[in-house]
Amino acid sequence: MLSSELTNMVDAARKHGWVLEPEALRLLAATGVPVPRFAWAKSKAETLASAAAIGYPVVAKVVSPQVMHKSDVQGVQPGVPDGERLAKVYDRFRGLPGFEGVVVAEMLSGHELIVGAKVDFQFGPVILLGIGGTAVEIYKDTATRMAPLKARDVESMLTCLRGSRLLTGHRGFAAVNIPKLTEMMLAFSNLVMELGDRIESIDLNPVFCSPERCTVADARILLAPQG
Amino acid sequence: MNFAPLFKPGSMAVAGVSLSNDRHPANVIYNKIHLRYPVKVYPVNPKGGIFKRDRVYRGMEEIPGPIDLAVIAVRADLVPETLGQCIRKGAGGAVIISGGFAESGRRDLQERIAAMAREADFPFIGPNCLGIYAPGKFDTFFLPGERLVRPNPGSVGFVSQSGGVLVDQMVKFTEQGLGLSLAVSIGNKALIREIDLLRYLAEDSATKVIAFYVEGFGRNEGRAFVELAAGLSKPVVVLKAGKTAEGSRAVSSHTAALAGDYKVFADVLAQHGIVEARNEFELTCFCESLSHYPRTIDGKVGVITVSGGHGALATDICADLGLQVPRLSEAVKAEIRAGLSANIRDIASLENPVDLTGSSTDEDFEAAVSALGRASEVDCLLLLLLPYSPGISSDLGARLSYVHQQTGKPLVAYVPHVEKYRILIEGFELNNVPVAASIDGAAFMVEAMRRCRPC
Repeated sequence: MLSSELTNMVDAARKHGWVLEPEALRLLAATGVPVPRFAWAKSKAETLASAAAIGYPVVAKVVSPQVMHKSDVQGVQPGVPDGERLAKVYDRFRGLPGFEGVVVAEMLSGHELIVGAKVDFQFGPVILLGIGGTAVEIYKDTATRMAPLKARDVESMLTCLRGSRLLTGHRGFAAVNIPKLTEMMLAFSNLVMELGDRIESIDLNPVFCSPERCTVADARILLAPQG
Repeated sequence: MNFAPLFKPGSMAVAGVSLSNDRHPANVIYNKIHLRYPVKVYPVNPKGGIFKRDRVYRGMEEIPGPIDLAVIAVRADLVPETLGQCIRKGAGGAVIISGGFAESGRRDLQERIAAMAREADFPFIGPNCLGIYAPGKFDTFFLPGERLVRPNPGSVGFVSQSGGVLVDQMVKFTEQGLGLSLAVSIGNKALIREIDLLRYLAEDSATKVIAFYVEGFGRNEGRAFVELAAGLSKPVVVLKAGKTAEGSRAVSSHTAALAGDYKVFADVLAQHGIVEARNEFELTCFCESLSHYPRTIDGKVGVITVSGGHGALATDICADLGLQVPRLSEAVKAEIRAGLSANIRDIASLENPVDLTGSSTDEDFEAAVSALGRASEVDCLLLLLLPYSPGISSDLGARLSYVHQQTGKPLVAYVPHVEKYRILIEGFELNNVPVAASIDGAAFMVEAMRRCRPC
């Protein structure tokens, strides 16, 4: 069950139509979906302090209710190596419309996957797993299942992907941690069922999967129109 | 709701019979039931009178006996009144043929009749549909009998949102020699929907395979449908239209763009072990196969042929579908070889496909089917039978069916569908072995069993 604090947070986000990234990450973390070490810093000092605590290099991302597609406004800066560069990134982000701070997060690595959910007209909540990365909409290599998922569903989603061998180990690419991925998918499925009709769709994109862990790097939760 | 009066009526009434226009849909329906079916039928028209020497009743309530099924083929605006009469009369149910409801902007009228029926717990099919085809019992199609291709009684229950698709599919089923237990065109499905008929056909002892032509489900209805279908022991086959419609709304999320309506539909069906047919050919093949073998296989196919070319073509098709044609072990090859006649023992190729060559005889086929039928390396047999070679007799279909019945492993045959091989084909079909008219068809029949499980 989601705490009332979290449901209130989601309900409060309805005025924008979507949940700000740091809040989305909190929501995921609270339901057992792994997220990176991150902080939502509201000032330059906080930003630098958070990065120092997390450890460089970090990724910095703008937080603004007016910026849903962060990369469209160069609102994502991966691989920031030190405080000097981070301060410059902060200054640039501060000029973006609706600026409400910066997400500072640890850098992740591994295979890029996309995980998503939507409330389908005919079938209700459904969950998607696909091969991620920049070509995600080119190859459209995805599998969809009706939620709630069972472990068996996750296994079959992996089998059904054309690129499944990328995930199970191929030519020097290490296999991803399938049990961790399954755990993450099942936790995400629970969250989707909890949120129910509150959401329109969720993108976890990218999700980084390595031999050790599966972690959501970015999350966008679109809320259903009210009424 | 009790659907028995709808699908097994002893008495019917047809509302809307015209005294002046014998091509009126109601007249076509009345005439065919009156002349050709063992069901008592009454014509109804508010004007009364005499129609073909029978009394025309002014309303349902005037009819002396009970009415199980009323067929309503009157103008849309008169449907509520006629439906009200049926309910007051205590009829068992109705088929509303009439159009002029939601499909032409009169959602209000459609909701009104649905509400009336719900209130009275009165089942009806339609509106805007052809209704029911129950082979050998009755039908409510307003299409003259001589224009229809009429499948025999059989084991496929077919439910279609489109009447046109249903009638045309009856042609395909008949060409395949596939019989129907019941076919229903549900039209606007104002009251009775796919899931209601899924529930009915699941309980219907004559139905072994339940097939649907679906354009779309209502809100969350798809969820209820797949959950019910997943729990049934009978195979469920679905042909979906509207696969390529692009969402018109601009989508702002990857998931919405990637998980389009059809993608979700196809994946969710597979998740629940429902067999999706991608076209009418697959639908026919899948229904044929699953009506004989309502079961699941992994898809390790043993191919038996008399022609190397056919074996190669079949192997390609199987591979494209994701079926395996595994190499056979030495033990199995030795067992096949031991059963072959002396003149082909050294020329037959016992790799998979097993090529018995054009010199083979009935006994060679029996030996190969028997040995492969018992081999654990394959879980299904695909037989490519070209009855041109002189060693093959017209008894081979029946003989191989008997061998197959001893091993129980699914056997699918390809035999060219021409009249002179009919006895060979019937030898298989009457003994519960499906026969395809093409290599592709035979491969699809195997594929049906592989898809018939949760993915």
